[in-house]
Amino acid sequence: MTSVPVLETPRPTAGRRLRRGRWSPSLVAGAVLLGAVLALAVVSLVWTPFGLDEAQPDARLSGPSAAHWAGTDRLGRDQFTQLMLGARTALQVGLASVAVAFAIGVPLGLLAAAAGRLVDDAVIGLIDIVIAFPTLLLAMLLVTVYGASTAVAVWAIGIGISAEVARLTRISASRIFTQDYVLAARTCGTRPVMILVRHVLPNIWHTLLVQATLAFGIAVIAEASLSYLGLGTPPPAPSWGRMLQEAQSTVSVAPWNVLLPGLAVAVTVIGLNLLGDGLREALDPQLRRDRRVVAR
Amino acid sequence: MTVLETTDLTITLDGQPLVRDMALRLAARDRVGLIGESGSGKSLTALALLGLLPAGMRATGRILIDGRDHRDASDREWRRVRGRTLAMVFQEPLTALDPLMTVGRQIAGPLRLHEGLNRADAQRRAIDWCHRVHLPDPQRLVHALPHQISGGQRQRVALAMALACRPRVLIADEPTTALDVTVQAQILALLDELIEETGVALLFISHDLPVVAGLARHLLVMRDGRLVESGAADNVLRRPRSDYARHLVRSAAQVTRLAPTSVDHGQTRDISDSRMARMPMINESGTEGGQS
Repeated sequence: MTSVPVLETPRPTAGRRLRRGRWSPSLVAGAVLLGAVLALAVVSLVWTPFGLDEAQPDARLSGPSAAHWAGTDRLGRDQFTQLMLGARTALQVGLASVAVAFAIGVPLGLLAAAAGRLVDDAVIGLIDIVIAFPTLLLAMLLVTVYGASTAVAVWAIGIGISAEVARLTRISASRIFTQDYVLAARTCGTRPVMILVRHVLPNIWHTLLVQATLAFGIAVIAEASLSYLGLGTPPPAPSWGRMLQEAQSTVSVAPWNVLLPGLAVAVTVIGLNLLGDGLREALDPQLRRDRRVVAR
Repeated sequence: MTVLETTDLTITLDGQPLVRDMALRLAARDRVGLIGESGSGKSLTALALLGLLPAGMRATGRILIDGRDHRDASDREWRRVRGRTLAMVFQEPLTALDPLMTVGRQIAGPLRLHEGLNRADAQRRAIDWCHRVHLPDPQRLVHALPHQISGGQRQRVALAMALACRPRVLIADEPTTALDVTVQAQILALLDELIEETGVALLFISHDLPVVAGLARHLLVMRDGRLVESGAADNVLRRPRSDYARHLVRSAAQVTRLAPTSVDHGQTRDISDSRMARMPMINESGTEGGQS
């Protein structure tokens, strides 16, 4: 036997892949920014500087100070408390929307990729319709029917994003379905469902995870927009979008009240986008293989 | 006993025939070579035999597997024969193996599917198979990913995967084309050994006559979707009847004379009296005629 010996046989795990030096700058920056927002949200579960509706009439529209780190609004409510609780709302709605989007989009995309042309065409048509239909309009429609609530916002955002998720899933899965190893699996008699589970999903989940991170960012912006318009999280639940809307009338006296919630949204979304980019570099099996320089 | 037989197999795409009136027969231990240039319909024929024609293509004629016509068989019926009666290895072992699945799990896959083995038993059998295809250090190798082993090793894995459930027919579609010449010879020797050991019938598809000639006892020559010649390998090589077969034999002989060692199968039994040794004799007259 004159075969080349086996080079290395580490068991591949996502953790080890990351540890093998894939902490790119964008991954670190994204993790730090998102981590800060997450920390605010988590701490708000047990502690906030003031109560949510604890108004102090004699300290209305005061700027940032030792007592009120982010100042107060026109009713004298502590803005930092609102920001902390708003982070919780943003992350909760974002996460739930992404979950809805993936629960709808991934099975739909897989179905389109695995089934025949007729089903594929039907799904593509559906995707195009949902993409063409403005999420905001959908939200207004749902609010008109069901009234403004967090759940309605989650469904509206989730359905809006699901089309993009379905499209990406369909494209990624179709690419895998044309691979030789899928044909090889079929020549062994593997059932279509098992091909999905054993070959397709393991080869596309990296792409989907990156998409989920980016979709999370879109969902946070959408939640803020809907709340700003009064279509999202209803009072008294705090929301960055409604903080912006409430601060609008006093922007000339208290600009920080507009600046800070805006900044919070921006930091969260930028953090998620950086994290998505970093994850893409760290997890993409294609990039990883190319780096090892394998002759193709 | 005949395992696989086709008669009048015709494959069409939108009414346009791609393969016409293909006929072949495989019984245990048969070694049939299917030769033809790319686009001649060899691989399509192979896919049709497994019921895996690409969408839009239709097969007519008969595909008898153990005497039963499978042409219009349901997916379920096809899945029962795939891997268990018929198995296949492909040209490019890197793309034919899932890049994210360990070698052991890929070999174990068909075993778990067809023989209902649990994970541990299937893994043990996978290690056995690694031994049988002469992979080094199977205990460690089963945990390797396809890109961590060499091209020849990958093709050995693909062979183990195909033969794991003891199929009776192995369809090898250009299994050595993507490998370099020395590795090619090793894989051919391994194929020869495995056929002897398991009694599997071989359908060896290639455009490379010398490679096929070393392994096959019966040759089929295809061109433009038609069978132009069929017969015992010796006869086809010595006395090709069709123009195309004559042309193939002549060009192969020329190449072989230029590099006589490149297809030396060396120590392997049965191939050691390589039919290629006889090739230069044909071409002596052949080339002289052809060079005028």
